[in-house]
Amino acid sequence: MCRTTDLRQAVLARNDDSARALRAELAARGTVAVNLLSSPGSGKTALLEAELALARAREVPVAALTADLATENDARRLARTGVPVQQVCTDGLCHLEAVMLRGYLAGWLPADTRVLFVENVGNLVCPAVYDLGETLRVTLAAVTEGEDKPLKYPTAFGLAQLVMVTKTDLAAAVGFDEDAFLGNVARVNPGVDVVFTSAREGRGVGTLLERALAVRDGAAAHRPVMAAAQAAPGYSPGGPLGESGAHAHSAPHPATAAGAGPRPHHEHEHEHGHGHGHGHPMVDRL
Amino acid sequence: MHEMSIAAAVVDQVERAAREQGFTAVATVRLDVGELAGVVPRALDFCFSLVCEGTALEGATLTTRSVRARARCAGCAVEWYAGMPPDLGCPGCGGGTRVELLTGRELRIRGVEWAEGPLPAQG
Repeated sequence: MCRTTDLRQAVLARNDDSARALRAELAARGTVAVNLLSSPGSGKTALLEAELALARAREVPVAALTADLATENDARRLARTGVPVQQVCTDGLCHLEAVMLRGYLAGWLPADTRVLFVENVGNLVCPAVYDLGETLRVTLAAVTEGEDKPLKYPTAFGLAQLVMVTKTDLAAAVGFDEDAFLGNVARVNPGVDVVFTSAREGRGVGTLLERALAVRDGAAAHRPVMAAAQAAPGYSPGGPLGESGAHAHSAPHPATAAGAGPRPHHEHEHEHGHGHGHGHPMVDRL
Repeated sequence: MHEMSIAAAVVDQVERAAREQGFTAVATVRLDVGELAGVVPRALDFCFSLVCEGTALEGATLTTRSVRARARCAGCAVEWYAGMPPDLGCPGCGGGTRVELLTGRELRIRGVEWAEGPLPAQG
């Protein structure tokens, strides 16, 4: 006869543990990560270009990592701002995971970085499920996508700590119903702030940087109703990393993820190799 | 389709548990999947059978229990099913500041039924 075991383990326990550890590690060095989620073509890169240029002008050390299935187009665009940028080509993978992100940051992320912008793969489904170790999760939607986007993708909008509407310069042309959009956001994520932006007209540019810096300096980020249940009792982390996060990294090195799957590409001045073919134990510092 | 990654995480955790507890084969894996977990059970089922090949879980059955999203407003002591798409504003006070999601985000391995030994070869 069969025997049974009650496991009661969160399926994503290992990712969640890695995310917690990365968040603590980043916090210890004064960096806050912002995870940007949206559909393809919603204007993430254009908005980010404007935010990076602003940060550069204000001499705020920021960095950006951008993930796509293929091409380095986004990194080339973002790198023109003069900010350190890394392109990740996921080779078809639809989302980033925390252990991958850590692998890409190791040896690359400049020590003085205050805000790390992570432009996730353009996709409102898969990336929503994975905590990357961010302290601020932002979900974006362009006015051209329709007012019901938050209802169609409730997990992506329900877990956002900030919602940004992009391309508002096109709102009149496409008949965007602002009140309906706000109502739909409030339904899946009561209390979350919604910021209206237009990278073309400069509307709302700077808000993202300001919010990120505020969170870095201790301001409380919005806590979505949907996020609360993630930490519900009964989930026992299954991974080797504990809650504290700030400890030696004895877990398998993320090079396994980087080697087997997505490739990192570097779009900044100091190329380097990391993680591949070394014989020593991998304990890269960020 | 991240269900493949989710399936791989399930297999990884169950294999780990099998090693720890000295089992070599798995009959059934029981999962709880909340309706707001962002995972499609049918897609997960398809991916699970693929990921199981060549592991201790080969031939194992995946049994998924769907969990409805239920919310509560602490201010009004009202409980409701959030539905899909979810309505997380309180039907009593209309607010959201004191609303908590009680269930619906589960993505959890509930338990495993072990087989006695390696499963007999199929076919």
